[in-house]
Amino acid sequence: MVQQTARAIRDDIAQGRASASDVCRAFLERTQALNPTLNAFNHVAADRALARAKAIDAQRAAGASLGPLAGVPIALKDNMSVRGMRTTASSKILDTYVPVYDATVVQRLEAAGAVILGKTNCDEFAMGSSNENSAYGPVRNPWATDRTPGGSSGGSAAAVAARCVPVALGSDTGGSVRQPGSFCGVIGLKPTYGRVSRYGLLAFASSLDQIGPLGRTAADAALVLSVIAGADPCDATTAREPVPDFSAALTGDVKGVRIGVPRTFMADGVDPAVLRAVDDALATLNSAGATVVDVELPHAKYAIPVYYLVATAEASSNLARYDGVKYGHRADDAKTLREMYSRSRDEGFGPEVKRRIMLGTYVLSAGYYDAFYLKALQVRTLLRRDYEQAFEKVDVVAMPTAPTPAFRLGDKTDDPLQMYLADIFTVSAPLAGLPAISVPCGFADGLPIGLQLTGRFFDESMLLRIADAYERVTDWSRQSPAI
Amino acid sequence: MEWYHRRMAVLTVADVERIAALALLELTDDEKQLFTRQLADILDYAQQVQAIDTSGVPATAHVHAGQRTERDDEPRASLPVEEAVANAPDANADAGLFRVPRVIGG
Repeated sequence: MVQQTARAIRDDIAQGRASASDVCRAFLERTQALNPTLNAFNHVAADRALARAKAIDAQRAAGASLGPLAGVPIALKDNMSVRGMRTTASSKILDTYVPVYDATVVQRLEAAGAVILGKTNCDEFAMGSSNENSAYGPVRNPWATDRTPGGSSGGSAAAVAARCVPVALGSDTGGSVRQPGSFCGVIGLKPTYGRVSRYGLLAFASSLDQIGPLGRTAADAALVLSVIAGADPCDATTAREPVPDFSAALTGDVKGVRIGVPRTFMADGVDPAVLRAVDDALATLNSAGATVVDVELPHAKYAIPVYYLVATAEASSNLARYDGVKYGHRADDAKTLREMYSRSRDEGFGPEVKRRIMLGTYVLSAGYYDAFYLKALQVRTLLRRDYEQAFEKVDVVAMPTAPTPAFRLGDKTDDPLQMYLADIFTVSAPLAGLPAISVPCGFADGLPIGLQLTGRFFDESMLLRIADAYERVTDWSRQSPAI
Repeated sequence: MEWYHRRMAVLTVADVERIAALALLELTDDEKQLFTRQLADILDYAQQVQAIDTSGVPATAHVHAGQRTERDDEPRASLPVEEAVANAPDANADAGLFRVPRVIGG
């Protein structure tokens, strides 16, 4: 049962071969058995999930029409609001926070019949690349439990890889869906900026944040994206672009598709095993009829400083709301309002969040704004133009998702800059607002490797089509960790 | 790498204290020392953007900046007061108010 894809589960339930309740119980059992080892969930909502599943079964028994995700268990990163379900962003400052409204993605998933199994562990406020910044401890990689699952959506990626759920949602600001997807050997898709509503997502960097699906197949990612995508009056940055049927794009055919590879940008610092796996994947796609050519992204090498200047500036503003007044932790016995603010924030935020608030405050402060923040926004424009030029020649740009397979827990925790440098391949797509996907493309010493494809604005269909065609001729995504 | 050969960004503990005050963070002495070193490292690395020629290049603060988002100014349903204050550490739900320490005088 737990090896099934979301699509197969949906079909089995719709056609009466399985009940939503049995499906829900099977995934809950798996989750409860593995979570003590993986720490992938902050909260398992077993009773609520079973009640929802029972309602789906009742709907079917009554002959009512079922939604496209009817009875499919799903896990949500713990930075998405579910009414009445504790939502912490893995931060002490929100340890007791219970949202009073649903995120738009939650409304849409539940309207489509999805069954929310629980909330997954992540880096605090989605700030991190290893899940080690969680107030509730790190998640462990199901492929090797001494390794990071990646971050910040590490719990969602680990839960999918370990078959605790067939699909999950993460949020991606600088790679937080794609890099854990790569480290855990599952598909991770960051949609185009504005494709999916951010209403009810706890904000980190508002010009970059985007919710995206994690799953084991391109078809499952397409299915979930079709449900959650589309304009939302509650998020003014959602695009009015029509939402296609992403599943219809999965033709299995990549003939004539043009793939660009930024060789110069990939020349330094990439693990040879990762480079080999990516080259093999490109050769496979080439044999299937795609053409592979070199492209240049001259400003991609600056994407890390640009990203950390822009994202931290936005974070310093967004996280000003955590002040001990409206929700979250409040320090005891503060004598003045100012002391209450400062002490509540010092007690509630972890070190990485403080570091980023500090950096963002610095680059926005008088005397540094032009030299750092404004300059970064200008280089962001140059980076967008690099992609625009590449897309005159090619349909997608391919590169590794991460320069290495999953690193060991503790390896980079003492040196924030080294941790940031590991994001080199994922930060440019969100800066340019473009959709990007990580597709499992091999293993090195038993650890998964991901191929990243970045597409044109609103062309998630092309990314899913290539990922699906690649899956059909390889078996990486059918591998399962021994856990 | 080339950025290591440039002058290290100068950041003092006093700078960190000034930023912490702006950000309303009360840091311990250990945190101040740690952040002074780590933020200097990060800023030193980030300085490489300053060498890029961006004359005449507009800033991208937002990728869909041109999108019109106005709607008619009509009241819509919103959260009931008791729900809006439900998560507050100290609220008076009947009055619909958040309680905080004294702001003026004292």
